[in-house]
Amino acid sequence: MAEVLVAMSGGVDSSVAAALLVDAGHTVTGVTLKLWGGESDSGCCSVSDVDDARWVATALGIEHHVFNLGSDFNEHVVDRYVADYAAGLNPNPCIECNRHIKFSKLLDRADLLGFDQIATGHHAAISSHEGSLYLRRGDDPAKDQSYVLHMLDQSQLRRLILPVGDMTKDEVRRIAEERGLVTAAKPDSQDVCFIHSKGGRQEFLGNRIPLTPASVVDTEGVQVGSVQSVELVTIGQRRGLDVGGNTGRKYVTDIDRTSNTITLGDRAGALRESVALHRFVWADQPIAGPVVAQYSAHGRPVAGRLERLGNDGADEGSVVWDTPQIAVAPGQSVVFYDGDRVLGGAIAR
Amino acid sequence: MMEALTETYGNPSGAHRLAREANRRVDAARASLAESFGITPGNIVFTSGGTEADSMAIHGSLRRLADRGTPGVAVCSAVEHHAVLEPVEFTGGRVVAVDANGVLDLDHLGVVLAELNEKQVPVAVVSIMAANNETGVIQPVIEASRIVRELAPDALIHSDAVQFSAWRDTSDIAAAVDLMSVSAHKIGGPKGIGFLAVGTGVTLPAIQMGGGQERGRRGGTHNVPGIVAMAAAAQVMVAERSETVERVENLRDRLINDVLAGAAGAFVTGAGADRLPNIAHFCLPGIESEPLLFMLEKNDVMASAASSCSSGAQQVSHVLAAMGITGSDAPGALRLSLGRDSTKDDVDAAARSVVEVVDRIRSRG
Repeated sequence: MAEVLVAMSGGVDSSVAAALLVDAGHTVTGVTLKLWGGESDSGCCSVSDVDDARWVATALGIEHHVFNLGSDFNEHVVDRYVADYAAGLNPNPCIECNRHIKFSKLLDRADLLGFDQIATGHHAAISSHEGSLYLRRGDDPAKDQSYVLHMLDQSQLRRLILPVGDMTKDEVRRIAEERGLVTAAKPDSQDVCFIHSKGGRQEFLGNRIPLTPASVVDTEGVQVGSVQSVELVTIGQRRGLDVGGNTGRKYVTDIDRTSNTITLGDRAGALRESVALHRFVWADQPIAGPVVAQYSAHGRPVAGRLERLGNDGADEGSVVWDTPQIAVAPGQSVVFYDGDRVLGGAIAR
Repeated sequence: MMEALTETYGNPSGAHRLAREANRRVDAARASLAESFGITPGNIVFTSGGTEADSMAIHGSLRRLADRGTPGVAVCSAVEHHAVLEPVEFTGGRVVAVDANGVLDLDHLGVVLAELNEKQVPVAVVSIMAANNETGVIQPVIEASRIVRELAPDALIHSDAVQFSAWRDTSDIAAAVDLMSVSAHKIGGPKGIGFLAVGTGVTLPAIQMGGGQERGRRGGTHNVPGIVAMAAAAQVMVAERSETVERVENLRDRLINDVLAGAAGAFVTGAGADRLPNIAHFCLPGIESEPLLFMLEKNDVMASAASSCSSGAQQVSHVLAAMGITGSDAPGALRLSLGRDSTKDDVDAAARSVVEVVDRIRSRG
């Protein structure tokens, strides 16, 4: 049995993950990461979440610690999120947190402190295939988190346990309830943990970078409306743009940051033959050729062909879709699957 | 304490026999505490601990001026405990700098008070701790009090003596200031009890009202077992202090020497200042405190990085920041506190552990 450090967010999934590890006979220590020091009402990491995690740890008879990784979180997740928006990108901060905090900083810390493995309450599983380890989609399709964990490589997968990956959310809640854990009925965290639901991205970013008003035009160039901040508009977007007299479904087909003009058009105008990629990561060996790719957290997987530029060291490429897809916003992650297996991923340019 | 819980369990504010017995206990404790701390019994206002005493001092002093129709501001040093710093900052007060050793900058205190004078802003209270709770650095409270009396004669002077009072006699400070905070758990008593000494002739409006206890200065039923226990702890502390201080100081120096000899780059925080005998506070460049403390705990060394109030939400200490220790030095703060029961074996084991753990962290660097 192993010495396991389980990341406990104060939510039901990681509570049950900890319980299952204890049941399996591991020597388990809980840790709650304190990541965001600012205002927030969504997600995790508030003081009451730390309390919840501690109560669960006490109920399970395990030690519980708090690690403050706030400055790493600010640097790698929050500052980057803000800089990405300023640069016209559409970042996924949960992925960056997993990449830089949970499966980098926390994993290193766990190694240093003498733990054999870390565990989290993510809904995804780890299985081996032809001698290598791979992340698999979680059994609950509605809760599958393989997309946001796609960056894990062999050395990370080897040191990771995902105890609830093969469970549905209902099963997780049932176990928590049976064991009387205080987190059993706690609502799922939604939204970005460092953004207040009331002010949203608009207020958060507006306090940190200048936001640029833009005019919204139709395909003929006729102005049909305006937005307060072009930074918050995403290519392919079809909701949330307040333009009057809408006839039929309109998509953002173009964003011109020089003239600050957003073009609305029909679906065909938002379709793209391919998506350009960089910053590739691989579970094991790099791949190319026919691939199934998913480009949003709960999107559906789409068939295409992965082309990587130059020799093996190159960190650029593209996926050419078998049938054109709604444009992928620059900054979004594109994750490659073989069936349920995650092979790797990259970021849209 | 047990007797106060099981026999004289009356409410000292009541009128019947059990209540009167409890009240006698409180009176006796008050007299005993006054002797231990060099103050007058009637000046003691019991509180739930140091934080409440500090809060009462700051907010009460502000109320005192506001009630006269001349609202003023609070002033404190940059290294005060958060129990002082937060109310001062919350109410728009001024903060006085410290030097690189963490000692109050008396010149800056003069500048701040002169500025307020010039702007005709009344000063309600100046709060200077007797010794810092993180570094143990002793503050020039008496010198500061002279400056305040001269430049802000209407201001009250408060000193948080929570950390200081176990190790040094508080009589001189008590005589120089108007308000002084003490907490039982720093002198070997239980947590959740303390007092504010309010100088003779000083009127401090109540912040916690109701019941009229403590001559109307602090409402709320007395924590009789806590009060009795605090008085008993103070008696023991005072009786043994001179012997304890010398012994603990020698052990602390031994600990410091061993850590400095074994952990490259380590330095003692506030080394150039007069410090309390029980605290060994180090900065360990390039070492993160959290893994350090975790690994020390595995070796049964229970240490802290800053004050234990902020553990669970560890931030870079405002005390170190005020001393200009920032960047790569600050995260590796380590505070090892000794108690009167600490032994040579304890400090040797602690020093070995610190050196070993620092080596282990560095070897992975």
